[in-house]
Amino acid sequence: MIATNRPHAMTAAQTHYCPGCTHGIIHRLVGEAIDALGIEGRTIGIAPVGCAVLAYNYFNLDMTVAAHGRAPAVATGLKRANPETIVFTYQGDGDLASIGMAEAVHAAARGENITIIFVNNAVYGMTGGQMAPTSLPGQVTQTSPYGRNEAQCGLPVKVCEMLAQLDAPEYIARVAANSVKNVLAAKRAIEKAFRNQVEGRGFSLVEVLSTCPTNWGKTPKDALKWMESDMIPYYPLGVYKDRSAVVTDRT
Amino acid sequence: MAETVLMKGNEALAEAAVLAGCRYYFGYPITPQTEIGAYLARRMPQVGGVFLQAESEIAAIHMVYGASAAGKRVMTSSSSPGISLKSEGLSYLAGSDLPALVVNVQRAGPGLGGIQPSQADYMQATRGGGHGDFRNIVLAPASVQEMASLTMRGFDLADQYRMTAMILADGTIGQMMEPVTLETPTPTLVEKPWALTGTQGKREKNIITSLYLSPTELEKKNLSRFARYAAVQQKETEYEAFCMDDAQICLVAYGITARVSKNAVAAARAKGIRAGLIRPITLWPFPTEALRQAAKTVRQFLSVEMSMGQMMTDIELAIRCTRPVTLVSRVGGVIPAPEEVLVAIERAANEEAT
Ligand SMILES: Cc1ncc(C[n+]2csc(CCOP(=O)(O)OP(=O)(O)O)c2C)c(N)n1
Ligand code: SF4
Ligand SMILES: [Mg+2]
Repeated sequence: MIATNRPHAMTAAQTHYCPGCTHGIIHRLVGEAIDALGIEGRTIGIAPVGCAVLAYNYFNLDMTVAAHGRAPAVATGLKRANPETIVFTYQGDGDLASIGMAEAVHAAARGENITIIFVNNAVYGMTGGQMAPTSLPGQVTQTSPYGRNEAQCGLPVKVCEMLAQLDAPEYIARVAANSVKNVLAAKRAIEKAFRNQVEGRGFSLVEVLSTCPTNWGKTPKDALKWMESDMIPYYPLGVYKDRSAVVTDRT
Repeated sequence: MAETVLMKGNEALAEAAVLAGCRYYFGYPITPQTEIGAYLARRMPQVGGVFLQAESEIAAIHMVYGASAAGKRVMTSSSSPGISLKSEGLSYLAGSDLPALVVNVQRAGPGLGGIQPSQADYMQATRGGGHGDFRNIVLAPASVQEMASLTMRGFDLADQYRMTAMILADGTIGQMMEPVTLETPTPTLVEKPWALTGTQGKREKNIITSLYLSPTELEKKNLSRFARYAAVQQKETEYEAFCMDDAQICLVAYGITARVSKNAVAAARAKGIRAGLIRPITLWPFPTEALRQAAKTVRQFLSVEMSMGQMMTDIELAIRCTRPVTLVSRVGGVIPAPEEVLVAIERAANEEAT
């Protein structure tokens, strides 16, 4: 069930996201997870450099903003300094899978007891729609005006698949924010990623496929369709690693 | 009474950090400061602290950012190439008004350079060393004892002024062994109501950010930071004056070159030359006023440094070019010998005579 009331962990501020952008839904899922676990008073959030840079306005939590890509390192410092706090980062695909790849991979490899919400919208939203390491083959962006070309740019980085190769992470899952069914699954995954930290299990990352109608050049409705028809097939949803369970489903 | 022990500079610095209450260290190995990490890897677990070898200097400085945001005393150490990588974090720490201690045991550059001692990061350190208007408090130890005492002082200053204190040492001071007395200091404990500890549902949320999208608000932030910097300049400038009472030739040197210069001044005095030394202990703030006063009686200044005139510029600015300043330098990892400095003093003295 998705509650209709605003989660207590969130403020009343109106978000600055474009119409049809699913960043707002993902924020809400984070807020609901924090409410459900009753951890608002000890949770610290780290906003990225990207469209979510102002996320600290939307949560009733102690928060900071990391330099572009460095949120997992900042989270490591915060968590090591105060292990009783619950520390999460909220990062875009440019932030995590490009400039901050090293910080993300090594936080995962250390099994750092933190939670990462990784918002993959296949584009650099904030800077106006440049190609991201996650942009799909052939995807037209400001810096791949003829479509992402494999010969020049290689192929997308699949973060979940990559991190699942590491031994240390506790939980790695990919979800999508495009349909009621997928959002419900996303809600469960995000809550689990936070619960893992509360229980001291270690590194949890949830990749959430997200829309960017503005930079995809699509209406909100068509953006949701494109996610279903193009993005999800390339980025299969499911649990890629879960040390506390046997991996059975990839739905 | 604390006992006196024989220690390497880098180890004395590391133990001083522990004594000053630092319990968090994040760093990446690089010569000639690896002893700091090695020492703290052993020591931190003994005192319930955290030693973490980061994946890079970039990650290390942002881990420092996190621990500092949590309200803890925290440090990192590196050498020149690693400090370049930390420059991003230095700027974010400054922009977020977070205290930290950063150690640079300098080696020769540019690029990979060499592993021998150098002072070529002077400009980088004293001008902030990252994008935007900001400064670090830069402390320049000239002995193993000062590696310890300035580290302790650095933590206090960082907390007090909410800024980065940087120990700007060099490979010689880091590697040399000398007797050192490690007194347990009484750290000036500063309340940190801004720290991110979780609201506990008992207070308004705390936000730590360097982002200010309104230019007027950002201007205000910058100006208030510079008001704090002005207080540091006024209250925390430190230097040592040696044989300056009647000096006509004033050497200016810090760190290892200050020790070389002291020997050269003594040798010059033995030859009847009225030489003296001003040794900046804080490089930022620079002892501008002391130099300006000295320029009233001193006829010539010599900037003795292991860099190509980086500090000389600050001397010229301090004395408003009212006296000639001559560069006496060796670079690339070469330490000037006292005899070379003496030759420079004698040349200056001869010019005075003619
Ligand atoms: C060091 C640095 N390089 C570049 C930028 C400019 N920049 C701001 S946001 C951004 C990309 C963000 O994209 P993403 O992480 O995918 O987040 P989104 O906006 O799509 O949510 C870039 C390149 C910056 N702020 N800092
Ligand atoms: S630019 Fe894209 S990611 Fe950013 S708020 Fe708009 S729709 Fe969302
Ligand atoms: Mg993006």
